[in-house]
Amino acid sequence: MKLRSTILISAAVAALTAFTAQAADTIKIAFIDPLSGPFAATGTSGYKQAQFAADMLINKKGGVIDGQMFEIVGFDNKISPKESLVQLKRAIGEGIHYIMQGNSSGVANALTDAVKKHNDRNPEDLVLFMNYSAVDPALTNEKCNFWHFRFDANANIKMNALTDVIAADDSIKKVYIIGQDYSFGKAVAAGAVKYLGEKRPDIEIVGNELHPIGKVKDFTPYATKIRASEADAIITGNWGADMVGLAKAIGDAGIDAPVYTYYAANDGITKTIGASGKDKIRLVHEGRVNPPPTDEYKAYHLAFKEKYPEADISQFRIANALVMLANAMNETKSTDPAKVAMALEGMEYTTIQGDKVVMRAEDHQLMQPISISVHTDENIVLDSDNSGYGLVTEKTISAADADIPPSGCNMERPAS
Amino acid sequence: MLELIFFSLLNGIVTGLLLFMLASGLTLIFSMMGVLNFAHASFYMLGAYFAYTISIYLGFWVGLIVAPILVGLMGAVVERYGLRYVHRWGHVAELIFTFGLAFLIEEVVQFIWGKDTKAYHEPEILQFPLFTFFGQNFPAYKAFMLLISIGIFIMLLLILTRSRVGLIIQAAIHKPNMTAMLGHNVPLVFMGVFGVGCALAGLAGVIAGPALGTFPGMAFVLGSIVFVIVVVGGLGSLTGAFVASLLIGLLQTFAIALDYSVNDLLQIFNISFDADSAFRDLWTLSLPQIAPILPYLLLILILIFRPTGLFGNRET
Repeated sequence: MKLRSTILISAAVAALTAFTAQAADTIKIAFIDPLSGPFAATGTSGYKQAQFAADMLINKKGGVIDGQMFEIVGFDNKISPKESLVQLKRAIGEGIHYIMQGNSSGVANALTDAVKKHNDRNPEDLVLFMNYSAVDPALTNEKCNFWHFRFDANANIKMNALTDVIAADDSIKKVYIIGQDYSFGKAVAAGAVKYLGEKRPDIEIVGNELHPIGKVKDFTPYATKIRASEADAIITGNWGADMVGLAKAIGDAGIDAPVYTYYAANDGITKTIGASGKDKIRLVHEGRVNPPPTDEYKAYHLAFKEKYPEADISQFRIANALVMLANAMNETKSTDPAKVAMALEGMEYTTIQGDKVVMRAEDHQLMQPISISVHTDENIVLDSDNSGYGLVTEKTISAADADIPPSGCNMERPAS
Repeated sequence: MLELIFFSLLNGIVTGLLLFMLASGLTLIFSMMGVLNFAHASFYMLGAYFAYTISIYLGFWVGLIVAPILVGLMGAVVERYGLRYVHRWGHVAELIFTFGLAFLIEEVVQFIWGKDTKAYHEPEILQFPLFTFFGQNFPAYKAFMLLISIGIFIMLLLILTRSRVGLIIQAAIHKPNMTAMLGHNVPLVFMGVFGVGCALAGLAGVIAGPALGTFPGMAFVLGSIVFVIVVVGGLGSLTGAFVASLLIGLLQTFAIALDYSVNDLLQIFNISFDADSAFRDLWTLSLPQIAPILPYLLLILILIFRPTGLFGNRET
């Protein structure tokens, strides 16, 4: 009899604690990105980075407010805007108020509209959208809305930083622009022509070329052309197999000019480019890897590598987004998206890499230092793809975003 | 300009000869069995992936020999237990079978090796520029690709025209029933040709993998262009496939290298056009922009004006 009641009581206690843990202690964040299909490599890598950041930087430090934990829930959108809206509905149905997404500006455009519509109709059930990677400038300009926050630098800011570096190099007289024939490739080309024209009108654009996306089997003819044009620098927005092919062809042809890129690192690209792109390929990006900016970051990176040996921290901004969200919750002592969004506006934060970043209130674009790094195997502390090659930061531009003020953003803030 | 022409010529020949390795197998299979093997480029991809995996453990050179043999064996098995079984329902069933096989192979490759580009590299001893011309390097590996492809062409030509096996194959291409009546095992010849065709595609994959990248889309990128070559060259004609491969290879390289537009052509004849005209997009189209469609344009022209292909003598 005594034994039985003990069991009963302990069972009741266990059930009760389990229940409260479920009800009060987790804040779910929906991670809506491609977790299957051709872009799964990038999507799942981001998902791992988000889970790791939530664990290491928030949950292990005691969670937010009074010990509530972050839980990252993956939703597979197969990189389709339509599917993303279905997944958004699902997430909202599960009572999730915070969503994260990054791959493809097309998806981000659809999500930001849907979130705005949802919040207009359901002011008691709000959703906040953290965009960690979609770089279409329109998202914080004409299409800006109060519920969308971007933690990556947009395409114009990156191009501004990149052209600053080119403009400062007097030995560069001729620039060749090559990209994939679609909206992003065209935006990169247009941005390069515009900013180079303003900063260094003497630079000659010796080539402005678009090639079919994902259909070029051999980039050697393009490399031959670049070589014949005697370009001193090359700019490309290529990604995936197109980036690898271009980098290899340029390396094989023995072209000795810097190649400025947006996406030539991690997810197998660093390993494949290997020696052929050494000291040639440069990347414009946020965050720094080599030399590790702080000991805290180095420890964080190594801990990540220990847990996921095959993956890399390729999108450090994911961690920034989550910690800033946690800070906003701590500051307001609330998980109400309206209050959290207000706190995020204008929020200043020093990342674990030691960079000061500010969420610009007018357009919800994070202002952060932009780095130009070179692909090499020398002085690498933290490599990519376990290849011995990695990115060494050459220059950091601290206020590339200050030159690019928000344009055409008329944000409606909720009346409170 | 001389530099551009010289390197485009070299690159065009390298690309063309690589395409020939794929097209030679395809054209033999097509003319002999009447089956357009849609999965042909998938065997090319398998060759690259097999060689990549072998090269990790045993080095590039073992992969160069073993991978094509493996692919050839797989091809023979596909013919023996797949195509021959499906054959009883006619050519359409065979066509659909190879079509499905192409998708299956692509999915399996992604399942086993993943979706990212593999770091399959040239062997160390070929990683040097063979010569430098006007400051531009010509990699030794490209020359190696050139040699292998030419070697294969000469070997195939000799086997087909000088050996007894070649005699039977040629007979089986033109009069399969008559050849069978004379006591030759035609199904065995079919299986052999299919296997060797796939092995050639595999070999092309092995040597193209390090140069053009080893990724799940590599079959798709090359697949359709090989059909163009087979049709342009003429069915069953090895010489035709050779000439058409070089033609397409050079056409693609030079179209990218030469930056001319319709506008430039018109200016030669002293015709200028209004910058605001409705056709301005058409006039400003440059050769590199239309380079990807040129082979298909050629395909259509050939089908209209010479349906047998450049060197073909059959119409089916």
